[in-house]
Amino acid sequence: MKKHMPDFILVVKEDCATCRMVVPVVSQLAQLFDVEVYSQDNPNFPPEIKVNDDTSLEKSWSLHIETVPTIIKYDDGGETGRSFGWDRRAWESLTGESLAPELPDFRPGCGSMTMAPGMLEKLAVKYGKDKLHSRRVITAEEEDDIEACFDRGWSDGLPLVPPTEIRVVRMLAGTFRDPDEIIGMVPPDYGECTIEKIAVNAVMAGCKPEYLPVVITAVEAALQDEFCMHGLLATTYFSGPMVLVNGPISRAIGMNSKGNALGQGNRANATIGRALQLVIRNVGGGKPGGVDRSVFGNPGKYSYCFAEDETNSCWDSLAVEKGFTSDQSTVTLFAADGMQGIVDQKSREPESLARSFAAGLRVVSHPKMVMAADAFLVVSPEHERVFRNAHWSKQQLKDRLNELLMIPGAELIAGAQGIAEGIPKKFKEATLPKFREGGLNIVRAGGSAGLFSAIIAGWGASGEMGSVPVTREISRQ
Amino acid sequence: MSTTLMDPTSEMESEHREPLPRPNSLDGLTVGLLDISKARGDVFIERIEDLLVQRGIKTRRYKKPTFTRVAPTELTQQIATECDVVVESLAD
Repeated sequence: MKKHMPDFILVVKEDCATCRMVVPVVSQLAQLFDVEVYSQDNPNFPPEIKVNDDTSLEKSWSLHIETVPTIIKYDDGGETGRSFGWDRRAWESLTGESLAPELPDFRPGCGSMTMAPGMLEKLAVKYGKDKLHSRRVITAEEEDDIEACFDRGWSDGLPLVPPTEIRVVRMLAGTFRDPDEIIGMVPPDYGECTIEKIAVNAVMAGCKPEYLPVVITAVEAALQDEFCMHGLLATTYFSGPMVLVNGPISRAIGMNSKGNALGQGNRANATIGRALQLVIRNVGGGKPGGVDRSVFGNPGKYSYCFAEDETNSCWDSLAVEKGFTSDQSTVTLFAADGMQGIVDQKSREPESLARSFAAGLRVVSHPKMVMAADAFLVVSPEHERVFRNAHWSKQQLKDRLNELLMIPGAELIAGAQGIAEGIPKKFKEATLPKFREGGLNIVRAGGSAGLFSAIIAGWGASGEMGSVPVTREISRQ
Repeated sequence: MSTTLMDPTSEMESEHREPLPRPNSLDGLTVGLLDISKARGDVFIERIEDLLVQRGIKTRRYKKPTFTRVAPTELTQQIATECDVVVESLAD
């Protein structure tokens, strides 16, 4: 049977002067149409007509009322229009009637009581929590919440923010996406990953709701086939997913791209990378000692996340190099090891500094290994200045590094330099590149003082055979 | 006060915490025998030890200073480091 719907719904509160002013209009409409009136404060307001008590605010919340009075028009059971405050033209157009000529043409409304600070979240938990489907875990009377999270195996080793319903509801306000939307299946167990599950893990990681779109995009990137998350998790190698953020969102949410960008102390950097790891742990079931077989791991497996410093850079950002505009925000995921520093405090010419970089990059994985691991070279502003002064683009630096890293096979073959490790002897006469085509990436980040740069080496199985860095645009939709 | 938390996992496992899996056999394991210092607890522990040793199982003995208090942290850490399984005796 079709649900009965009125012609109009009106939501008011007595405390609002505009609502009191439109009482004659409400009475007029109540005589002409099937009107349901809801009052947020006094259930006897407006007087002398039938009023529904909405002091619980359930109806107002479900109708997404932001301003009172609000008039909503229904045709065949569906909403076909609404107006906020008193706007004669809009109300007359909705009703097709000439209304209360003695009133002014326009008077703004007042805030709905649902919009009081913190109220929307409370209402969302009270009336909307049935839309959240995660199993509820009830702790024991005397159980400490944080210890409860450890005991259930949810933690990466550090304390978690207990994922209560209200915290998850608040987190979900960071996205317009439906909590039920399935992002994909997370390896190694291929657990179904919804927006809601990402939000629960983002709460535990300590994220603010405004970080959630970045976390969602990072999870989406991790689930791309070319990123090879399952293999990256299972490998005995050092690597784990590194999250690089480009574009306006990195600045809007206060990410650190400057001093200590790869260190501690910034909430967004610390919690976004952590949230991704927690999704892999909890939704995917990927845990050290289980499918994660890493010999050492690396400290970045708690969180490995930073932003490229795009302000006043003379170079295109990584996102622009990948075909995005500087107005677009992106996440790039890279299968990364720990970091190795390059100190060069004397080079003032780009050729000299490029040679320093090349010497440092040569040792990625092993000085005698080629085309195995990709690398990110993180150039500090003081080192970047050397290239800026000489008008070297990022691409020019990359090209020069790739030239400098063409290595004679005789130096690389097994046994050369008295080292058994090496490539097959048949390559003795060949000259081979250190990195596969496109395997060397450059970004700018770091503090303003210090002639240092950093190498973040990649997984020994970089490229098509293993993991390829993935860049995706971040969208709030 | 209990708290309602939202499960962050894919919910493939029971929400109840399972105790650590029990070994199918004691072969090759070290069994700790903890006397809590209650009267005649040692009688019980010694009988258990005899039976285990007859089966070729390695045992180690421990004793709480007093049954009236929980075991000192050093003792529980020592047992956890040295043993795979522990039997605690309670007698009166």
